[in-house]
Amino acid sequence: MATVSVCQYHRGGFSFENCKRNALLEADINKLGLSSPAARKTGTTICGLVYKDGVVLGADTRATEGMVVADKNCSKIHYISPNVYCCGAGTAADTEMTTQIISSNLELHSLSTGRPPRVATANRMLKQMLFRYQGYIGAALVLGGVDCNGPHLYSIYPHGSTDKLPYVTMGSGSLAAMAVFEDRYRPNMEEEEAKRLVRDAIAAGIFNDLGSGSNIDLCVITKGKVDYLRPHDMANKKGVRTGNYRYKHGTTGVLTKTVTPLNLEVVEESVQTMDTS
Amino acid sequence: MATVLQFPANISTLNNYNDLYPDWTQREVSTGTTIMAVEFDGGVVMGADSRTTTGAYIANRVTDKLTPIHERILCCRSGSAADTQAIADAVTYQLGFHSIELDEAPLVQTAASLFRDMCYRYREELMAGIIVGGWDPRRGGQVYTVPVGGMMTRQPVSVGGSGSSYIYGYVDSNYRPGMSKEECLKFTAGALSLAMERDGSSGGVVRLAVISEQGVERQVILGNQLPKFSTV
Repeated sequence: MATVSVCQYHRGGFSFENCKRNALLEADINKLGLSSPAARKTGTTICGLVYKDGVVLGADTRATEGMVVADKNCSKIHYISPNVYCCGAGTAADTEMTTQIISSNLELHSLSTGRPPRVATANRMLKQMLFRYQGYIGAALVLGGVDCNGPHLYSIYPHGSTDKLPYVTMGSGSLAAMAVFEDRYRPNMEEEEAKRLVRDAIAAGIFNDLGSGSNIDLCVITKGKVDYLRPHDMANKKGVRTGNYRYKHGTTGVLTKTVTPLNLEVVEESVQTMDTS
Repeated sequence: MATVLQFPANISTLNNYNDLYPDWTQREVSTGTTIMAVEFDGGVVMGADSRTTTGAYIANRVTDKLTPIHERILCCRSGSAADTQAIADAVTYQLGFHSIELDEAPLVQTAASLFRDMCYRYREELMAGIIVGGWDPRRGGQVYTVPVGGMMTRQPVSVGGSGSSYIYGYVDSNYRPGMSKEECLKFTAGALSLAMERDGSSGGVVRLAVISEQGVERQVILGNQLPKFSTV
């Protein structure tokens, strides 16, 4: 069909060439009663809050592919800069790559300005990129960090809108986590209480939302220090099996034994080589 | 800007497993909203509710929809949160640049024109209803409205957002030209409370801002302090 001898240079950005074909395929598949495979999403509960000395970010560790758990212990708290971390919900690849791109750009920016990076800068870079892609990059982020102006926390939506708040939750388990926050959040909490609250909020998401599960990761960011606690709490340890289906030799009694030899002769012999390199 | 697509922009409808991911994880964030601005002699009063919704979930219950564009110019944002934030950031930059070039305070009409240019040029891609209000030395307090579609017009009173439909009657019957600053504040707070009572996409607290020659003063009226109209 295509007789192009030179490789066509792929221009950056999204290619929508296959969309019409995919829509037709989807319709055909649906007629057969099946559904096409879905992108791997981090179902997710992520949250963050501002406390007395800084911010605490929390996340669960389940990555789902449709109704199946693809990764039982994935890391959803991404590094942006030494003083800024970002939790990601939505399409796993999108959150991973978006945070890496902004992390890289922020490091270059920081070297250029000669100053440690600010959370507001990371927020602006993320929102401008996500807006440019009009929501096609499915990344819902909770961005938190401490800079020269104190602790900051932002929630960033896939279409590019952001909110600056003292406590935020995102992901499919966000309602469960927000319920816990709305009940127990107070401004200027101590570190232990803040960690406990975030842990409980993520736990609420893990136990009440099907898209979230496994362990709870925490990240505590203060002026001089970052505590990346992975895992902070293994809420769902795999149990130990109490029973066993192996039976000892001699459990089944042998009543009779009959041996019938089968006299076979070799008719044809052929050798097929196998390449096991 | 964005290229025209041949099929619905909401690509998430292609993968429609809904049990694990409720509706609001895929919907766009919208400032449901009621916004309002009133001119008085010496300045403007601007007001907004504080609710941002994604579908049926309230994403932010304390949103600040009165965004500063310049020292004495604010805008009220309604429509898509992402679109209005991006537009406001762009206009803030352009107006700041323009003001430095002129070495004087920009006109409110200039700010409104910048909004209009952007909202009209990209009218197919954007969903943004904006009310621009401010004070400048040339014409005093002014309110300009730039609704969805990109029209721009100056009005003494302007309301916008999904909750505005419920208060046109109240606004038309209660507005009188020549009200004082306090009367305007009471008028705005009353109108916003009525709208927030009736519109599901509006609620939270009432944020007010008064812009005059002296600058910008902001206030917040919490939910339990809102004026009450009905006894039922």
